[in-house]
Amino acid sequence: MSAPAPKTGPEHATRQAEVAAALRRVLPADCVLSRPEELRPYECDGLSVFRCKPMLVALPRTEQEVRDVLLTCRRLEVPVVARGAGTGLSGGATPHETGVLLSLARLNQILEIDPAARIARLQPGVRNLKVSEAAAPHGLYYAPDPSSQIACSIGGNVAENSGGVHCLKYGLTVHNVLGVRGLTVDGDLIELGGRAPDPSGLDLLALVIGSEGLLMVITEVTVKLIPRPPLARVVMASFADVQAAGNAVAAIIAAGIIPAGLEMMDRKATAAVEPFVQAGYDLAAEAILLAEADGTPEEVAEQITDIEAVLRSAGATAWVASNSETERLRYWSGRKNAFPAAGRISADYYCMDGTIPRKNLGAMLKAIEMMEERYALRCMNVFHAGDGNLHPLILFDANIPGEWERADQFGAEILELCVRLGGTITGEHGVGIEKINSMCVQFSDAERAAFFAVKAAFDPSGLLNPGKTIPTLARCAEYGKMHIHAGELPHPDLPRF
Amino acid sequence: MDPSSQATLQELRERVNAAHRNRAPLRLRGAGTKDFYAESPSAGELLDLRPYRGIVDYEPSELVITARCGTPLSVIDTLLADRGQFLAFEPPAFGGEPTIGGVIAAGLSGPRRPYAGAARDFVLGATLLSAEGEILRFGGQVMKNVAGFDVSRLLCGSLGILGVITEVSLKVLPRPRAEETLRFEMSAADAVTTFNRWSGQPLPLSAAAWCAGVAWVRLSGATAAVRAALERLGGERVDSTEATRWWNALRHHDHPIFSSNMLWRLSVPDTTPPLALPGEPLIDWGGALRWYAADHPDIRNVATAAGGTAVLWRGPAPDGTRFHPLQPAVATVHRRLKDRFDPHGIFNPGRLIAGL
Repeated sequence: MSAPAPKTGPEHATRQAEVAAALRRVLPADCVLSRPEELRPYECDGLSVFRCKPMLVALPRTEQEVRDVLLTCRRLEVPVVARGAGTGLSGGATPHETGVLLSLARLNQILEIDPAARIARLQPGVRNLKVSEAAAPHGLYYAPDPSSQIACSIGGNVAENSGGVHCLKYGLTVHNVLGVRGLTVDGDLIELGGRAPDPSGLDLLALVIGSEGLLMVITEVTVKLIPRPPLARVVMASFADVQAAGNAVAAIIAAGIIPAGLEMMDRKATAAVEPFVQAGYDLAAEAILLAEADGTPEEVAEQITDIEAVLRSAGATAWVASNSETERLRYWSGRKNAFPAAGRISADYYCMDGTIPRKNLGAMLKAIEMMEERYALRCMNVFHAGDGNLHPLILFDANIPGEWERADQFGAEILELCVRLGGTITGEHGVGIEKINSMCVQFSDAERAAFFAVKAAFDPSGLLNPGKTIPTLARCAEYGKMHIHAGELPHPDLPRF
Repeated sequence: MDPSSQATLQELRERVNAAHRNRAPLRLRGAGTKDFYAESPSAGELLDLRPYRGIVDYEPSELVITARCGTPLSVIDTLLADRGQFLAFEPPAFGGEPTIGGVIAAGLSGPRRPYAGAARDFVLGATLLSAEGEILRFGGQVMKNVAGFDVSRLLCGSLGILGVITEVSLKVLPRPRAEETLRFEMSAADAVTTFNRWSGQPLPLSAAAWCAGVAWVRLSGATAAVRAALERLGGERVDSTEATRWWNALRHHDHPIFSSNMLWRLSVPDTTPPLALPGEPLIDWGGALRWYAADHPDIRNVATAAGGTAVLWRGPAPDGTRFHPLQPAVATVHRRLKDRFDPHGIFNPGRLIAGL
């Protein structure tokens, strides 16, 4: 699978000139990019294996300008791909070769912080971390914290329904966004949700969150702010095998504890990160568990005691609780730096994002070990253990012929196993262009038809982010054939949830 | 699936197929505890969904329960309670035996909603019997899942207009270890600002309501956290029997205000000062939900001006609509969704929106 080669012929140039001229009639000159060197920075998002130069880039500064771009594209039937900060990991903002890339980066104002109402009203280009920074003087913060939070935009978070390490207790983007305002491709203003809870009608807000730019273009987001817990402490525990660590996670939940964060790393991951950050990980352990408690000092003390009791009976070989903020951050540093550490020990890495019911963790990790042998590639595992979200990091070298193709197949096989184990192909990174074939494994033709019905209800012209997220019938038929050809999978008769 | 459930599902499919073929509307119904909650009177042949019942899967350590639509809420509540867990959105039972399918189709939540989340926040997956008689699965049984559009949450609150919700997977939570209720004498205006202030502080709030000069605040969570909050907030401690009676009256609509012949439900931003309407409201959701037991010709405009919505809960709709009118572009999307999901209009026509 790769993006189509950019068109360069005279037809393309004529079309580009026509659309550029139309956009320049509604936008100032510096808001429309058309020269190849200007377009290049936009040719991929955070998943750089997929590249495609857009025909044009539009950089509107106001909602009215966004509307003008959409009306122009609608009239000329030009595909529109919206982009926030471009940090996405599934190629959701990969440009369309004959389309306009609509960057919302210049709509970057915090419109309102209302501490009494505990809300922030934001333009889509505001960075995730900036929201919490702006709310901090009021003792409030915005809970979802994807690992890219220093750079990723709130509009992109809405498009992807982004998660983070605190989802089990504090929820995903969908649980923390109160309302959105935006435009359909026809330029109609739509407001969904808002500060008054549970409005009449269907919950279209839930549909739009995580819709990967296929339904509408967001121009404003209202988020919920919550009180910053006065204290957080993390317990770090070692286990002699990954299954025992998985059982400990289940035991913590069964004991009625919902930790603020509950993360696992296997030995390959700790071995990769420890030389890099000196977090103090037990390198003899097969798995490390990090369990965080937050709240008032009394609450945290009670929860830490409970967590330690569960870890003891669940067979942890060692455990230690952080006694200072410095120590807490050091224990987390390895987990937070797992991706860069993978980059340090391998030329390239490919991050997967499946979710499985926690009880199947052991089976999944064993299967991944066997795949490592079969594909002759290494894979290190970090895992949002609390909510069953896996991030296997497949290590490869794109300069060695065949390695990327093997990594791609390795990844697809992990995702198919996630579906068979009762999970999903993407927990928080989105489908984009990357996992579009795996959607054929998770959803039936009729289910995908329902997705297309949703798409058509918002965007009858089909111009918003075409070719992403929902594979066509033809594409899935083709993918199914490829698979039977390779002599493995699919398993159409297996229960899928 | 056991043979009898299989057979029941097959019967439902046949009824839907026949309705689709004959373009004959169906009135989807569980126990009927929310029959009143409809834009227009129900038309169509009754499709009783109670026979399709049973727990499909429940694993306490995964925090997920999956049940067929006809399963009584009370069965789920009891099962969860046995394992120290609960449905944190506190769905109302309206003094009857609602089914879980009806609970999710209506999408209503109780007093814990502002602090724990709404019904839709706990929906992880749903199975839909479509107009074409197909079984469609959306979402799943895991907490994090962003594959495809979030149709399972769309179904929550859809009142059955897009198809039959045959199965749901819900996130469950451990019951709080400690729970206490405090009572304070104060005006409605003071209650709203007090609720807002406390909501912005790290306190284990799980409900905040006001009625007839008294503010009620519930604290739930770790024993130490609840004890510390009790000391900090002051007020009068309510004994647990009375506290349970009060919160259940609010949750299940058992409070006297809910027996009024005319009742409006206003949803507003929770910082909204007392509204310029005659009569005293019952305030719930930390200020965001206001019940008015009388008719006011201007009530919808007052709600809209405050940035909220007004639903006529009980009584004849004065301007012909029970639910709050939708923005034109939003109404267009509703119409197109209905046309695509239910082209012959067989599912609960008019229940959510007149003519749809």
